[in-house]
Amino acid sequence: MSDTQPAILLDKVNKWYGAMHVLRDVSLSVGQKERVVVCGPSGSGKSTMIRCINRLEVHQEGRIVVDGTELTDDLRALDTIRREVGMVFQSFNLFPHLTILENCTLAPIWVRKMPKAEAEALAMEYLARVKIPEQAKKYPGQLSGGQQQRVAIARALCMKPKIMLFDEPTSALDPEMIKEVLDTMIGLAETGMTMVCVTHEMGFARQVADRVIFMDRGEVVEQGPPTQMFESPQTDRLKLFLGQILRGH
Amino acid sequence: MRLSWSDPRLRNLVWQILIIGAVVLAGWYLAHNTNRNLEQRHIATGFGFLGQAASIPIGESLLSYTPSVSTYGRALLIGVLNTLKVAVAGVVLATVLGTLVGIARLSPNWLLSRIAAIYVETVRDIPVLLQLFFWYGLLQTLPPPRAAFHPLPGVFLSNRGVKLPTIAWHAAHFWALVAFLAGCVLVWLIGRAADRRQAATGRRPRTWPTTLAALLGLPILVWLGLGAPLHVDMPALHGFNFQGGISITPEYAALLTGLVVYTATYIAEIVRSGIQAVAAGQWEAAGALGLPRGLVLRRIVLPQALRVIVPPMTSQYLNLVKNSSLAIAIGYQDIVSIADTTLNQTGQSIEGIAIIMAVYLTFSLSISLFMNWYNAHIALVER
Repeated sequence: MSDTQPAILLDKVNKWYGAMHVLRDVSLSVGQKERVVVCGPSGSGKSTMIRCINRLEVHQEGRIVVDGTELTDDLRALDTIRREVGMVFQSFNLFPHLTILENCTLAPIWVRKMPKAEAEALAMEYLARVKIPEQAKKYPGQLSGGQQQRVAIARALCMKPKIMLFDEPTSALDPEMIKEVLDTMIGLAETGMTMVCVTHEMGFARQVADRVIFMDRGEVVEQGPPTQMFESPQTDRLKLFLGQILRGH
Repeated sequence: MRLSWSDPRLRNLVWQILIIGAVVLAGWYLAHNTNRNLEQRHIATGFGFLGQAASIPIGESLLSYTPSVSTYGRALLIGVLNTLKVAVAGVVLATVLGTLVGIARLSPNWLLSRIAAIYVETVRDIPVLLQLFFWYGLLQTLPPPRAAFHPLPGVFLSNRGVKLPTIAWHAAHFWALVAFLAGCVLVWLIGRAADRRQAATGRRPRTWPTTLAALLGLPILVWLGLGAPLHVDMPALHGFNFQGGISITPEYAALLTGLVVYTATYIAEIVRSGIQAVAAGQWEAAGALGLPRGLVLRRIVLPQALRVIVPPMTSQYLNLVKNSSLAIAIGYQDIVSIADTTLNQTGQSIEGIAIIMAVYLTFSLSISLFMNWYNAHIALVER
């Protein structure tokens, strides 16, 4: 794979829920090691868009190419892509009946066919990187929200993905826990990971993002570097949105 | 300390004394009344009748039994075994059928899920006693033995029940069975070895050829080594009925079918709700990690669904066991039926009822204890 090839390519993607048109001709190209923040009001289709990238949602028109593989009904293509794309959810979605360590080793053992000792060593390495190695033997229910989300990040990283998707990773957290998760994500960005992140954390976007995408009503309305987007928005819709979220902060 | 009615400890104490007093009083009244009535009617009490010869005709029995020679104790034991025979088979079959139907109802296949839904929504609304009459009546409409359906060699379906061929017992069969059990142990060891191999190398060795060889190959080798004795006992029509082979009576078949078909509807709903109770996020998170669907079901969804499924499942097992007492309505001789005849013949009503209660209490408590243990075993750790 060449470095010039985009990590993620969306070409005129359309999706409907029944009669509701949730993605309208969405085109987007994310380069290797690029960090993209997607923002927009609720119901703008940003979560649907990011979930289409690893086919948790199925698009109906257009093309999506991830890491050189086009997403189709073909199950082998899907397996290939899900192996290379990690995802972090708003509601953590840790497996409550498995320990933190088992949460992290399950996929490497069964999907990457990694020996158990190696998978555990890898998991401990990533748990150390998200600063909770001492919780390895506990269960998710025994951890705080912020800790659970950091475990979820470590769990995704244990598959050594090339691309990480974040779907509002801090929206379900108490304010004092948001920082610990954002710090983890900033640390990850510094390693050169390709990241697409749906978030309203504008501080994070300024610090980390190469590019900000603003979506509204299923469309990409405006995109650009964070400073340009936040300081001199071009469209009325982005101005309105920024006004609303800044008033909230 | 001053006694005050606003002191909760004093209130608790007073209430407890009153309640215990009422219970003791009621118990004393019942016992006293019973004893007086028994004396007035000159009825002897006690379990001495268990040793007397019973003149109860028994149609199907796992033990040898001769009316007017065998004792009431033996007749009641046969009743317990007959109840057990329908309860164990019923619980196993209802679980299998209910689980399949519950999963079918969640199937994306429109026809399959609709058929499962119609089955559940109609069958669970019909009283189980009516269903037993239905199945029994249906089996009675089968032709008489002379005109029996004969779908496979040695299999006969008639209004006398189902006749199946058996294999004449031989010592070699015993050793083949031992070899099969040894094979089961071997399969477990193979699984353990595969786990270790996977843990060490990451690759899970293919186990099904060795598993198959251990389960089937070993018993067959032992059987061949001992001369491969095989004599099939085929049922054949002699006069008005069949001889040879084994039979499933229409009463047992109707009772088992009715209880299984009825209870499976409830189990199907429990399984469906259990699987649906697992958050969609669990499927998504596992899918996003690249785990294949079968593995997600086995490792992620079912272990969590079981926690929701097990407690109501226990109730359904208890219901099935207790509903088996409806056997008396279609003439299957379970413990209630035989105890009923016993108390009619001996007049020992209190002892008879006590025996029935003791039997069901034992069965129910055993199921509860086992299921509670299992539930605690799979419980989630939180905090």
